[in-house]
Amino acid sequence: MAKDEHTEPPSAPALRIKALESLLVERGLVDPGAVDEIIDIFEKRIGPRNGAKVVAHAWADPEYMKRLLADGSKAIAELGFTGLQGEDMVVLENTPKVHNVVVCTLCSCYPWPTLGLPPNWYKAAPYRARIVIEPRKVLAEFGIDVAPDVEVRVWDSNAEIRYMVLPMRPAGTEGWSEEKLATLVSRDSMIGTAIPKVKA
Amino acid sequence: MNGIHDLGGMHGFGPVVREENEPVFHAEWERRTFGVVNLAMGAMQIHVDEIRHAIERMPPAEYLESPYYEHWIYGLEALLRERGVITRDELARRVAELAKQEKK
Repeated sequence: MAKDEHTEPPSAPALRIKALESLLVERGLVDPGAVDEIIDIFEKRIGPRNGAKVVAHAWADPEYMKRLLADGSKAIAELGFTGLQGEDMVVLENTPKVHNVVVCTLCSCYPWPTLGLPPNWYKAAPYRARIVIEPRKVLAEFGIDVAPDVEVRVWDSNAEIRYMVLPMRPAGTEGWSEEKLATLVSRDSMIGTAIPKVKA
Repeated sequence: MNGIHDLGGMHGFGPVVREENEPVFHAEWERRTFGVVNLAMGAMQIHVDEIRHAIERMPPAEYLESPYYEHWIYGLEALLRERGVITRDELARRVAELAKQEKK
């Protein structure tokens, strides 16, 4: 296959996508305006601030947290976050006994409606290769030291299911508004490679 | 399918390299690729599994060396050829035309 596919080295990706776009526009399969629109949505309107709102709401409302853990997609939709790559959401609760972390070893599956598009490291070989065999070591590189008596669960996404971590609410946040709580929730804390902390 | 994409547990890839304040896209061609591939998938009813399988057929060395969104381009090209929407020659001609225009 490799030989057949590549009698010549492939052209620069910028040219290839430009050529593909023009051919697809000619065939009526792609509308250039819609391309601009979808780029704008993912660049400016969808991102981890959505997920942070979900987490903060769960921290503030125990009934919502129950719904979120029972049926992630449905509970997240209550806050209006739906769409591509968020159809089958499973929310993983961190506890004093369990730390969850998410990967897609085969590719780059990621919950777009709540976290936006993944960072490069999530899609690159080192994270995909290593987090499943030496999770504690990788987490330490991210600055998380998981105590030996805490179980680390690594969740490998598949073509349908998208995982998101529900981190533990930090101590010292009693009485905080949801808005303020959301500021503690980073993208990485919902992947499982960071832990929300209150700045001292 | 067993292949290079099945990276879980492999050794030798080095540290996880992170970028502070990483932008959503790193170049204009990444933006266009994201938009065009998503829309083409919608218009042609290509499921995520299908394009992922197309990407998994990349030659292994190329898979490891190419940037992420080049995988998407490879997958889309393969599916468009297989469904008879475009031919390899047609795409090569269009790439050559655009390259010529850009040189002017």
